[in-house]
Amino acid sequence: MTKNLKRLDLIFKNEGDSEAILGKTLARSNEELISDLIASGLKGRGGAGFPTGLKWRLAADDKADEKFIICNADEGEPGTFKDREILTSVPHKVLAGMAVCARIINCRQGFIYLRQEYTYLVPHLNNAIEEFHQLMKKFEVDFQVEIFMGSGAYICGEETALFESMEGKRGEPRNKPPYPTNFGYKGKPTVINNVETLAHTYSIFKYGPEKFRDLGVKDSRGSKVFSVSGDTPIPGIYELEFGMTLQKFVDDFGDGDAKAVQVGGAAGFCVPRKRFEKTIIGYQGKLTGVSLPTGGSMMIFNSSRSMYNVLHNYLDFFVEESCGQCTPCRVGTQQLLMGIQAVKRGERPSTYLDKLLGLAEVMRVTAKCGLGQSVANSFSSIVENFKEEMIY
Amino acid sequence: MSPIQEIIQKVSASHGTERESLLPILQAIYAKNHILTEEDMIEVARELDISAAHVYGTATFYSFLETQQSGKYIIRLCRTITCMMHGKNIILQELERLLKIKPGQTTPDGIFTLTETNCLGQCHKGPAMLVNDTPHTDLTPESIREIIDKYRREALQ
Amino acid sequence: MSSQVTLKIDSISVSVKQGTSLLDAARSINIKIPTLCHHEDLCVAGNCRVCMVEQKGSDRLLPACAIPASDGMEIHTNSMKVRNARKQILELLVSEHRAECTTCYKSGNCELQELSHEYILGENAFINLIPFKEYTIDYYSPSIIKDDSKCIRCQRCVRTCDQLQNIGALTVSKKGSEMKISTFFEKPIYQVVCTNCGQCVNRCPTGALTEKNYVEEVWSAINDEKKYVVVQTAPAVRIALGEALGIDPGEIVTGKMVTALRRLGFNSVLDTDFTADLTIIEEGHELLQRLKKVLKDKDKNVRLPMTTSCSPGWIKFIEHIFPDFLPNLSSAKSPQQMFGALAKTFFANKIGVDPASMVSVSVMPCTAKKFEANRPEMYSSGYQDVDYVLTTRELALMIKQAGIDFKSLADDNYDSIMGESSGAAVIFGATGGVMEAALRTVYEVVTGREVPFEGLNITPVRGMEGVREATLKIDKALPEWDFLEGVEVKTCVAHGLANAKRVMESVRDGSSNYHFIEIMACPGGCLGGGGQPIPTSPEIRNARSSAIYREDTLKTIRKSHENPEVVKVYKEFLGEPLGHESHRLLHTHYTPRERY
Repeated sequence: MTKNLKRLDLIFKNEGDSEAILGKTLARSNEELISDLIASGLKGRGGAGFPTGLKWRLAADDKADEKFIICNADEGEPGTFKDREILTSVPHKVLAGMAVCARIINCRQGFIYLRQEYTYLVPHLNNAIEEFHQLMKKFEVDFQVEIFMGSGAYICGEETALFESMEGKRGEPRNKPPYPTNFGYKGKPTVINNVETLAHTYSIFKYGPEKFRDLGVKDSRGSKVFSVSGDTPIPGIYELEFGMTLQKFVDDFGDGDAKAVQVGGAAGFCVPRKRFEKTIIGYQGKLTGVSLPTGGSMMIFNSSRSMYNVLHNYLDFFVEESCGQCTPCRVGTQQLLMGIQAVKRGERPSTYLDKLLGLAEVMRVTAKCGLGQSVANSFSSIVENFKEEMIY
Repeated sequence: MSPIQEIIQKVSASHGTERESLLPILQAIYAKNHILTEEDMIEVARELDISAAHVYGTATFYSFLETQQSGKYIIRLCRTITCMMHGKNIILQELERLLKIKPGQTTPDGIFTLTETNCLGQCHKGPAMLVNDTPHTDLTPESIREIIDKYRREALQ
Repeated sequence: MSSQVTLKIDSISVSVKQGTSLLDAARSINIKIPTLCHHEDLCVAGNCRVCMVEQKGSDRLLPACAIPASDGMEIHTNSMKVRNARKQILELLVSEHRAECTTCYKSGNCELQELSHEYILGENAFINLIPFKEYTIDYYSPSIIKDDSKCIRCQRCVRTCDQLQNIGALTVSKKGSEMKISTFFEKPIYQVVCTNCGQCVNRCPTGALTEKNYVEEVWSAINDEKKYVVVQTAPAVRIALGEALGIDPGEIVTGKMVTALRRLGFNSVLDTDFTADLTIIEEGHELLQRLKKVLKDKDKNVRLPMTTSCSPGWIKFIEHIFPDFLPNLSSAKSPQQMFGALAKTFFANKIGVDPASMVSVSVMPCTAKKFEANRPEMYSSGYQDVDYVLTTRELALMIKQAGIDFKSLADDNYDSIMGESSGAAVIFGATGGVMEAALRTVYEVVTGREVPFEGLNITPVRGMEGVREATLKIDKALPEWDFLEGVEVKTCVAHGLANAKRVMESVRDGSSNYHFIEIMACPGGCLGGGGQPIPTSPEIRNARSSAIYREDTLKTIRKSHENPEVVKVYKEFLGEPLGHESHRLLHTHYTPRERY
């Protein structure tokens, strides 16, 4: 198989120099570090793609006496497993990123919110945290990290739902504003970053912002860890450069018969074969074609797959994982699921799909959080591109 | 002190008796007993000085906390898309055949509970399942038989 | 940072205080944005998504209730996109709602119904989800019916129970399609810590939470020639009933109500205000007795502060949450129950009716009264003292059923005896009223003089502040009460159980040292009771409150002990306050309940 895409090795490379790198970084000024982050163009690797440097600065600017840094390891997006790999291979990079952030925003307590499905990683992580605490002692930094376990709720990956969960409540997203950098966990200014984002900050502090910025295109900079699954001979984790076309991706990873790729998990978009060439992987809306990398989930479907079944599976997921508080998401997901079933069974005319597409659009513009808003992504892209499969 | 109170005391010793320790307490009780009972939740509500209804409301939000008795080993088979594509249904059939139960049920000997769950984050090695906290991946009907055998032997020891 | 922000709503420029929601900003220029989960008494939830508006330059719509207005915003509340979104959200809500309006108790007063009508929802827009769902209807409580099939998950009830009452009997359980409003382990309401206050009922936008109605039972009694049906009406009913019959909040309709009750066919139309006066006599003397035992006799077995006992929501609350303070509760029954006990004894005897054939009905602003009437403690006449409790809303329905044009009714007076009342009884309906009424009497008993407030209006205990304190210094006490000379009687008034909890916690931890505490379970007191016309809001409750104090000043008799019928009932029947007959009929005790 030809390999078009350059495989990168920034995130997972372990050169055993983390103590030195951290020491060197902590010796620099807050302003320098934030400037580096902003210059690197790093954006959140969890979903929304918020510029990381700006997020840290906003939290640093708040003068509250208690603040928190939280590493979001509630990786639940279907088809995403890169955070697990990062925490398994290079937890010290994530912890180092947290320590630098803590120093910059002036906070003493950090948490890793780990999904319960990854409980088996806890002993390993606790070892890493133990070593990290020794390091903190050595550097005379007053900063502790604790693991907080999730309990099986996809929605807790949404940052404000995660705070609610940590506060001992139902993981229901809050109204925004206020935003976490002012009003996060326990109402205190909180930086919440995805596992991969924190690991990238380590690379940026290690190699400098230029090296990161040189990768990628336009405003989608750096490398990205992709979780590749589905109809591929080589499923797994790959660090690739932003800006590739989906065609090149499929050439590298597909089984030769790819008819669609789901980019960004169930919350992402389904791209049909005819759009592979025009679709560039980067942050949404800034590049030609679509695509939201969010967690970097890439699921490949070959022509043997029924896209109706795929959509059905996603909707089953959303119907169950919606927190249920807001109307468009709670009821909308149920209506989309029952709607496609009714059309498939001939209980509703095929034109009912148009009504459902309208509903998905309403969900996108009215739902309270990213979950409800993004159901439309997969729904509309699958229904519009594979209408026949929905009906017959 | 009841065993539940002991768990609560132990967890709140490190997490405090604020509401923030609710999930860790419920998790600890569930990990030990594989059930959250009315009495447990009342005890927790009392300790944290919150409404029992809210303890219930919070617990039932989370898929990994259940108010029904589960077996010694809780099998959570991933039903999300890529595991589905790679033969999750065959695995489920095999599990049902081996255990003689359907998803949501517990074997009469109280050893196994079978459930389906959402994405386990093992998509590149599907089909996948968790048995309690341990992931098992690249499942085949053959490997399932071995895995179940292993746990059954462990339970009977 | 400027404290005002200026924005445009539907092209109209408006300046509002920073932090004002888009919803309130729009209201300030008389633009109504529809809402369902929003309620003025509660914190913002932002979960129904009906109040969505469009902001120029923004792709997503904004929930007007949850987004603060900011400078330079251009908001459109009536664009195509907005109307389409609202309509579809309403369609979604209707699809999970058992929309059987013709048989729904809440029909005609349902916010979902009203909006569905406004937005012209077509039939079968989305798939009706109700046949695919399991739902329960809990009608085991004597007070409240909870019908999950009508619930739209707006969580107003949960917020009410948490924020106003601090009980948390209701919660949100499960998630996704299974998310619902639950009690602890889905138990029936009568088995949990619910106080039956009905504040959730008052705020439920649909028919998911309603009072259990006894309209048919009361009609049957009225139409049964062998029965003699007496009716009593609580102080707060007369200032709110009109709202349910097309009259503005704040109008006093006592006379019309009496006429209507006669027209409905009640044999005797009597007044709970009469027993409110009686309550003051009994409770006032109990307070004095306690003060004497504690301050003079140094009796360690007697507890202060004494707390009022006329709010049945509060009674159940203290039984559940502060059972150790039950001895502090005045043993005087509530006016409703004093009335019931006297109706089937004194009154039955007076009019020559066999109490066995008497049916005692009360009209109350309250859902907890339904529970109270069914308490095992409330059989001191030898029968159930009060047979049926109707809310203000149920009475309005009966008046409508009877084809009575309420607005055009002439005024009439209550029957005698047990129909006369003082202004002190009238103000029982407002928070602080029982305290004020008690002080008017107690001060006079102790000093022989009227309370030192102009026009007898003890304004420090009035108002809508959640917790209010007032001190009354006893000056020139009569010889019998010389131990009270110079004593500053410390009083406290709280309404809403969240405030009650704060007060009781201060009593428990010793940070307060009150002698007498008035507690009403509902915001504003009985005027904001769970059985009052819907909707409720601070504005409506203020209007009702003004009406109550107006009614007080209109009364010729302003003090309970001067009510001639009260004087008469002691002379002819009860003997003296706290006497043997009083204890048998007018006092009771309560039992601790589990908090969890």
